[in-house]
Amino acid sequence: MPVYIGKRLLVAIPTLLIISIFVFSLQKLLPGDPILAMAGEERDPAVIEFLRDKYRLNDPVIVQYFYWLGGVLTGDFGISLRTNQPVLELILEKLPVTIQLAVMAMFFAMMIGIPIGILAAVRKNTVVDYFANVLALSGLSIPNFWLGIMLILLISVQLGWLPASGYESIFVDPVRSLQTMVMPAFVLGNALAATLMRHTRSAMIGVLSSDYIRTARAKGLSPREVVLSHSFRNALLPVVTLSALLFGELLAGAVLTEQIFTIPGFGKLIVDAVFNRDYAVVQGVVLCTAVGFILMNLIADALYVLLNPRLRATI
Amino acid sequence: MKRFTKLTTVLLAGALFAFPALAVDLRIGLQDDADVLDPAQSRTFVGRIVYTAMCDKLIDVSPDLKFAPQLATEWKWSADGKELVMKIRDGVKFHDGTALDAAAVVATIERNMTLPESRRKSELASVAKVEASGPLEVKFTLKAPDVTLLSQLSDRAGMIVSPTAAKALGANFGSKPVCAGPFKFVERVQQDRIVLEKFADYWDKSKIFIDKVTYLPIPDTTVRLANLRSGDLDFIERVAPTDVAAVKGDSALKYDATVNIGYMALYANIGNGARADNPFGKDKRIRQAFSLAIDREAMNQIVYEGTAVGGNQPFPPNSPWFNKSLPVPARDVAKAKALLKAAGTERVKVELQIPNNPVAQQMMQILQSMVTEAGFDVSLKSTEFATLLDEQTRGNYQLSRSDWSGRVDPDGNIHQFITCKGGINDTKYCNPEVDKLLNDARASTDDAVRKQKYDAAAVILNDELPVIYLGHQSWIWAYKKNVTGFVPNPDGMIRLQGVKKG
Repeated sequence: MPVYIGKRLLVAIPTLLIISIFVFSLQKLLPGDPILAMAGEERDPAVIEFLRDKYRLNDPVIVQYFYWLGGVLTGDFGISLRTNQPVLELILEKLPVTIQLAVMAMFFAMMIGIPIGILAAVRKNTVVDYFANVLALSGLSIPNFWLGIMLILLISVQLGWLPASGYESIFVDPVRSLQTMVMPAFVLGNALAATLMRHTRSAMIGVLSSDYIRTARAKGLSPREVVLSHSFRNALLPVVTLSALLFGELLAGAVLTEQIFTIPGFGKLIVDAVFNRDYAVVQGVVLCTAVGFILMNLIADALYVLLNPRLRATI
Repeated sequence: MKRFTKLTTVLLAGALFAFPALAVDLRIGLQDDADVLDPAQSRTFVGRIVYTAMCDKLIDVSPDLKFAPQLATEWKWSADGKELVMKIRDGVKFHDGTALDAAAVVATIERNMTLPESRRKSELASVAKVEASGPLEVKFTLKAPDVTLLSQLSDRAGMIVSPTAAKALGANFGSKPVCAGPFKFVERVQQDRIVLEKFADYWDKSKIFIDKVTYLPIPDTTVRLANLRSGDLDFIERVAPTDVAAVKGDSALKYDATVNIGYMALYANIGNGARADNPFGKDKRIRQAFSLAIDREAMNQIVYEGTAVGGNQPFPPNSPWFNKSLPVPARDVAKAKALLKAAGTERVKVELQIPNNPVAQQMMQILQSMVTEAGFDVSLKSTEFATLLDEQTRGNYQLSRSDWSGRVDPDGNIHQFITCKGGINDTKYCNPEVDKLLNDARASTDDAVRKQKYDAAAVILNDELPVIYLGHQSWIWAYKKNVTGFVPNPDGMIRLQGVKKG
């Protein structure tokens, strides 16, 4: 197993390099001059020239890239054009926020999606199944931003149960932290729950109609045991893969959710950075996201092996 | 009895320790996150709002846009307008305890002029030398007369920072800013909050009734208002005009608005590269026709729910600098058509570059349909702000919508946009006569003379129309009923002197 993981990590290096080259070039193709946005309303020529020089924007793109790469290899991701803060510091400040949001969203998605998916499969073609399908469809089709604003208006403004937006670190004030995160995590998890429910349902239906389940039933096992111990574990495989892939969607969704609920996380960081042409921040965030993706996929594969003993022989 | 007294004393003392006076915490929702918190380097509007509480300036601006003493108690121009002497307030301390004297003022001004990262250089370009002419007196010597220096010193260029901190932190001053305002910096979490607390040694502390201020950037206007209504915020700035009715209808909230000192405008490419070479850029009659085809009042009523005012000059109609002999024109389609005919055409194609925010888009769509009637086929090119700015600077546009946040001195709303060598003259309009008028206005310390010059310039600009002014938005604030003492100011700042939260 460690050799397998090591190999996978080695393969990740060229992937990350390609991604970074790709993003670097794409950014340079974008119209808009970051320095103009940074120089202030007066756009003082002396300031513009100084900033261009400071951030090496007068150098050829390839030189800029190697400067950046050299920095990254030594742990220096550059400095934010907008706030003068080191990019690494910004990333380390924002990453835990989004991770907390993602974990809580995933928790909601799983808590809602998996049980309803199982229930829908077990009660296939009954009212329960239809109801679950309608629920899933609504979850998928309600836009994040609309649901977010509606929840704010209902739960925060009308009922006053939860704060409308903002963020508190879980280490500073855990209760307040959970209070501020419940709504955004629910909004973000909602669409994922629908996807998870659909996949759990179809995987469970597939498993429930297989021979060994019939055997298990014939042995006289209780329906509960058949469903949870025999079917669910096998149906879980595609669900795990999906959850890892959904992590990407989660980050994309976080961009919008963080904007609505004003959560100072990764999504908000990258949106602001793109609008301000804050190259170093965009580059750093994309690199981190790519690393996150690769790790999530690696974890999913490792879980696969753990869940399915037959795969252990193949690695 | 003795025992009873003792017990009472103990209980009373206990109660005092257990229930300290409740700290008054004011939470303010801002539209954006501030950039770097160094007055020398900062460039955002919201940054200035934060400084209003944190960094006192040499000069303040009153609600009627007059200069008022703050760190400078009085000032005097020399007869030739090339020297400005300022008396500095005695007994002022910076948040780090350093005394604020003439030397500290000189250090700040020199820092603003020389720090490589400084964005204040052009604002202080007329200053040749600044020196301490006494322990509490500063003398500015100018290269040429420049009355606009006062307005620069009433903004970031005049915010005096602690020389001790500036020396220690250099360009990184923004990480822990130390000024001499009523509130001192506590902490900042990017995109989340900026926290300030009351400065006990503030020179004007009798006017400060708030113990802690937290600024929270919440870009979405609906969410910002929802936070105010749910009680998470006490005060918000830039309420969307569409939300005004909701604020007014909420008995728990108060509302304030004032027409701002900036403007909304369309910039015509007159001479900025090859794209200026078209009838719209070359023939003023076509631009006059375009301007006449716009119903400014209707546009403001529909888009801004009546909170904005129409305009045709860089200053709003309620400004003392507005030329009253040139009233905001009413829509006149017949005259617009006649002008087009005189220019030898009946239909003109125009590409209008606009920022991709919903309000600007809605406003420009209305404008598009208005001018169609007069003979203009306008295509809207929607683009996000950084691109718009870039295209405008490089001259890759025909007509571009761009707004200006406004400056207290009239010069700040016109000189750099209109003069031939103006730093942000993106239209590349150049008229030596206008240049002379605007330079003369800058050099005179007599307001009557300045007004005459601006009036004369307005007549020419209204005829040649390199910039088609559309109107002036209002600053709109909403706050909880228990917040009192706020005085709206056309500069859009939130001054906390006198503000109480009951």
